[in-house]
Amino acid sequence: MRLLEYQAKSLFSEYGIRIPKGLTSTNIEQGRKDASVIGFPFVIKAQMAVGGRGKAGAIQKCHNFDEFELKYPEIMQKIVKGEKAKAILLEQMQEYKKELYLSLFLNRSKRCYTVIASSEGGVEIESVKNQIIREVGLGHVDKNTAEEVANAIGLKNNSIEEFVNLVQKLSKLTIEKEAELAEINPVAVLNDGTLLALDGKVIIDDNAMFRHEELRKFQEVSELEERAEKSGFSLVELDGNIAVVGNGAGLVMSSLDMLSDHGGKPACFLDVGGGATTETVYEALTLISGMKKVKGILVNLYGGIVKTTTVATAFIKAYENRLIDIPVFARMSGAEADKSKEVLKNSKTKMFDTVEEAINAAVIGVNKSG
Amino acid sequence: MADLFEILIGNEEEKDYKKKSVIAQGITGKFGSFHTQQMIAYGTNIVAGVTPGKGGQKFENVPIYETMGEAVSATGAKISIVFVPAKFFKDAAIEALEAGIKLLVAIPEHVPVRDAMIILDLAKKKDAIMIGPNTPGIIIPGIIKIGIMPATPFKPGRIAVLSRSGTLMYEVSHNLSVANFGQSVSLGIGGDPINGTTVIEAFEMIRKLPNVDGVVVVGEIGGDAEELLAQHIIDSKFDKPVVAYIAGRAAPKEKRMGHAGAIIYGTYGSAESKVSMYAKANVPVAKRPAEVPMLLAGKLDGKKG
Repeated sequence: MRLLEYQAKSLFSEYGIRIPKGLTSTNIEQGRKDASVIGFPFVIKAQMAVGGRGKAGAIQKCHNFDEFELKYPEIMQKIVKGEKAKAILLEQMQEYKKELYLSLFLNRSKRCYTVIASSEGGVEIESVKNQIIREVGLGHVDKNTAEEVANAIGLKNNSIEEFVNLVQKLSKLTIEKEAELAEINPVAVLNDGTLLALDGKVIIDDNAMFRHEELRKFQEVSELEERAEKSGFSLVELDGNIAVVGNGAGLVMSSLDMLSDHGGKPACFLDVGGGATTETVYEALTLISGMKKVKGILVNLYGGIVKTTTVATAFIKAYENRLIDIPVFARMSGAEADKSKEVLKNSKTKMFDTVEEAINAAVIGVNKSG
Repeated sequence: MADLFEILIGNEEEKDYKKKSVIAQGITGKFGSFHTQQMIAYGTNIVAGVTPGKGGQKFENVPIYETMGEAVSATGAKISIVFVPAKFFKDAAIEALEAGIKLLVAIPEHVPVRDAMIILDLAKKKDAIMIGPNTPGIIIPGIIKIGIMPATPFKPGRIAVLSRSGTLMYEVSHNLSVANFGQSVSLGIGGDPINGTTVIEAFEMIRKLPNVDGVVVVGEIGGDAEELLAQHIIDSKFDKPVVAYIAGRAAPKEKRMGHAGAIIYGTYGSAESKVSMYAKANVPVAKRPAEVPMLLAGKLDGKKG
């Protein structure tokens, strides 16, 4: 789960990391009140979980009320890399002499956390130069390592101690909140040498959420995604018109790829999980029936142990209950495939021996129906 | 590091050669009991199960113990397969490793990354191997099946299959078997960000095996395991033919595609990045699972010629 900037900053604040004075609103009425509290000049920042907001004009300076009335609605409506603004953060403007980069990051291939720091922050991590990287195991950064990094990025005087404190607070946050990434970019070095977190990006391990009730308030999922999660499914909504359902994330991704290769447009990625039962497939069809854009369903199940008749029963039930009436193109491997074909003979579900055949039929079938 | 195949098969002088003992943790759960039956049916020597509160009972004639300590002392088993829910994985795995287990097959999905890292640290200290978490397990067709994979896709043979995805491991192995490429081993690396055994480590385990003619690597978007593997193939002059498949070319960025590990940030983890690195290592990448045997046949022929 990726936190929005203001959410990340509220965590920073909880851990004693200094942030600029700021207030978050979702409408201009509240925004006006926030503006009076903070006072001009300030920065208007769209809250969205993507990088590159500054370049896209989703972060702008604001000096007076006239400017505010123009810019607040403009920024609220910005769409950056497909993401809409979820809220608006108004933040006091800061004077500073330097921008640093700092993050704790779970390095998958090294299978440990790394501290990454640079004296040249303020740009996206891919472009951050002179990165100082230290491996820190499970995320604990000791004082010596932090000092070494502070020196390596050229900090002087009181900024060294400030930085050591900052790293250790961020490390504590990373460990306790089970973050895969905790990034402050930039860290501002103020004129008096103290440090301030100007931006924040935190990604929490989704699988650890069960022991972080306190972070639930930050979780934002669509209604469909929430229902899918309750059934133990993974669902990602996409833009096309053919729903793609299967068991196993890899298999569904693979089906998505092949469908796209054949000119089909996937409407969603739906992984019903390792096993497949009448109930799970029926629930998957229920979820899809709520998606209006869907014109057809591609099903790719590698049963193996599962009998395909179990799954065929779900389709029959779905048609009987008028849950769906769009065509289904299915490939299922597993026992009793012939029997399943027989059961589904007169329904709108067509069974195929290979996924390639099912995809071909799906693309042609859906295009025909317009 | 402990030798995976030594643990799994042993040597001919040993009494339990090809009949190594396995303990099932969480044997009485719905999932654990079903797959224990399947493993027994395949011929895997399941010697004990562990379910707290059910010690002294039996399941399919397999004695159940309260703790891993008791199960290991009673049976001497070095292999354990863990079926417990993700929340309880860490405690179950610590118990297993402390009891002397040398190969831990971690089935559960949704294990927190931190827990997996803690267990991996402990496994290293104990000179043990962890496969997974979020793995279908490992199968040496015709000899031993420690996992939740169906038996039908796998046939004995001389191709090693390594996979980050479960059902794709079945799909690709099935395609290989149909094309008469049986498998010397099919191993699920796991779909999580942190793998107990990485693809590169698995490559090093396979390198020494005399009965492997070629390797198939089933990957997916997310992370840089494929890129590092490609570099490793180049650097270590791996001399067996390798063919790859990568799922997720059509996946959008910054969306987690089912697996915890399957997510693209910027270009990090993208399919293009993986394909281009594989190209440098002379590893062909199949566009779909059914293409894998054809590419493999080409590579094997090329090697003979």
